[in-house]
Amino acid sequence: MQETMAERTVDRSHMQVSDEVAIQISKMNKWYGTFHVLRDIDLTVNQGERIVIAGPSGSGKSTLIRCINRLEEHQTGQIIVDGTELTSDLKNIDKVRSEVGMVFQHFNLFPHLTILENLTLAPIWVRKTPRKEAEEVAMHYLEKVKIPEQAHKFPGMLSGGQQQRVAIARSLCMKPRIMLFDEPTSALDPEMIKEVLDTMIELAEEGMTMICVTHEMGFAQAVANRVIFMDQGQIVEQNNPHDFFNNPQSDRTKLFLSQILGH
Amino acid sequence: MSDKMISFVRTEMLPEQTPPSSQVGAMRWVRENLFSGPVNTLLTLLGIAVLYFLAVHLGPWFKNSIWNADSLAECREILAGQSGACWGVIKDRWHQLIFGFYPAEEYWRPTITFFLMLVAIAPVLFGGLPRKMMWFSAIFPALAFWLLWGGSIWYSVFAMLGFVVAYVAFRALQQVSGVVAVVGAVVAAVIWWLLLAGPLGDLVASVVPVALPYIRSDDFGGFMISIIIGVTGIALSLPIGILLALGRQSDMPLVRWICVGFIEFIRGVPLITLLFTASLLLNYFLPPGTNFDIILRVIIMVTLFAAAYMAEVVRGGFAALPRGQYEAADALGLDYWKAQRLILLPQALKISIPGIVNTFIGLFKDTTLVVFIGILDPIGLSNAIRADSNWNGIIWELYAFIALCFFLFCFGMSRYSQYLEGKLKTDHR
Repeated sequence: MQETMAERTVDRSHMQVSDEVAIQISKMNKWYGTFHVLRDIDLTVNQGERIVIAGPSGSGKSTLIRCINRLEEHQTGQIIVDGTELTSDLKNIDKVRSEVGMVFQHFNLFPHLTILENLTLAPIWVRKTPRKEAEEVAMHYLEKVKIPEQAHKFPGMLSGGQQQRVAIARSLCMKPRIMLFDEPTSALDPEMIKEVLDTMIELAEEGMTMICVTHEMGFAQAVANRVIFMDQGQIVEQNNPHDFFNNPQSDRTKLFLSQILGH
Repeated sequence: MSDKMISFVRTEMLPEQTPPSSQVGAMRWVRENLFSGPVNTLLTLLGIAVLYFLAVHLGPWFKNSIWNADSLAECREILAGQSGACWGVIKDRWHQLIFGFYPAEEYWRPTITFFLMLVAIAPVLFGGLPRKMMWFSAIFPALAFWLLWGGSIWYSVFAMLGFVVAYVAFRALQQVSGVVAVVGAVVAAVIWWLLLAGPLGDLVASVVPVALPYIRSDDFGGFMISIIIGVTGIALSLPIGILLALGRQSDMPLVRWICVGFIEFIRGVPLITLLFTASLLLNYFLPPGTNFDIILRVIIMVTLFAAAYMAEVVRGGFAALPRGQYEAADALGLDYWKAQRLILLPQALKISIPGIVNTFIGLFKDTTLVVFIGILDPIGLSNAIRADSNWNGIIWELYAFIALCFFLFCFGMSRYSQYLEGKLKTDHR
């Protein structure tokens, strides 16, 4: 994994963590029925941070980031995103969702729309951007993810890696202040993982606030300013990538790292 | 030694080649599909035998067809004992089979309406046509109503203006909130229709009378009535079915219970009982003196019946959508109605096209059930025609003709659905 990253040097000049708080989660709990998925989560994310959340499957890492744009509802505690608290108030939810971009494991592109329509849909209908302008923005981001020639194809005609890059571009078209990545490379063939990671690195280089749930530890080392390790619905350990990988504190973290890096 | 055997490097890639000639062409198709084995060969020969048998027995009946005869007796005289079809009845009673007892001097009205209907439907069916044609589709129901039933045109005009009133109310209240605007629009339209449209229609009609002779619903009949009920039912049952399907998935328990109750009740009751309710019982529930048109009552019942089935078909389409589609729509900040309209409904409807068209075809054929409540649809007319001493005893020709007409409509719908499925196919599996 390290080798894929070594091919390019990451430009850190724009990666600056500001004092401005982007996401504030305090004492947050969530249950699925009687199953306690997230337990007393406290997490503050500043604008410009690049956080990687790692952990074994079922540890609640996906659920955590899905709570940030209310794809999942939390039961107790507080989540404040960009100054807006997430409650059952639909207006707040829509406001947060239009400012937080999300990239899914299975891309979730809209198969009945062309790539360009996928990208312009939300800007036109949510942001009320004129169609022409929305299309210009969409083409700009398609060029950024290096597939402008696919604009008029349907998602089903693209490879997995291309689809995921379109999904990233689709989120970017809403000009989000925060990007959430939910295992963006887990459903991809190995040869396509790199092209998606490259896109994510470029995004990080521009100073985007990112929270990534991923198993790509090379990406974490190259880009993240903070790695969070979760297990059984709790944040077990968090640290900067260097110390996290070289000097893990808890036994769970050591075990996890030895399992994914040990071979 | 063995290491040497394994090592291999290809220096040039192989070009594409055409398949051998024995693997293409008609002979191969016949061999593979008709005579690929003993059982298949036997079935092929049996099939040919059945076709031959049918041709031998039905052939002469069609070959000796009589087109010009005024009675069954005359037919039999011409045939002189031979087997033959007497299509004279179709020619003799053509107008009746099409229009029922609609006055002959007014036949032009349903005829024009039929062709205008084709124009109105065209932009809905074919996306390539100019979108402006939709305006005609929108006013067509009122126009058709006026052309078919007659009376003053102003009632139709003022009924249509109700939608304009609703739109104006909606725009005026939109600043307040979406829900208020929708409620306000509905209230404004209902007030308009109940209190204002009638008197205003009277008033304008007395100043500028534009009217066609009024035709009573009892005079409607034949394929005209099948098409009126069928097309109206089809056009209304799809949107109502979609709303019921959405309601059934709603988070609001009251909405969900009402929709589930409605769907389960209507699906659990035979259509014929609903039609009897429409023709007999409804009068008991309505205030005395209300004259609620029988065709309108039947249309409502047929529509509700089809809508309940439609709701379940569309729900099947929704159920087939991956959860990720809902999540992606949510994550982009689309609200419920926009997510439904732009993302979920188009995909769900596409998946349910075969089921939807199935329901449409069923509805269209079920219109023949109205014969039991005394409406003279083609089946009812075939009974009436046979009651005439000239045509007493003729069965096959009438039913064959009616069956053929229904088949043409239903086959047309089926072909259209296949065309649409092909056109909307974007997944390239």
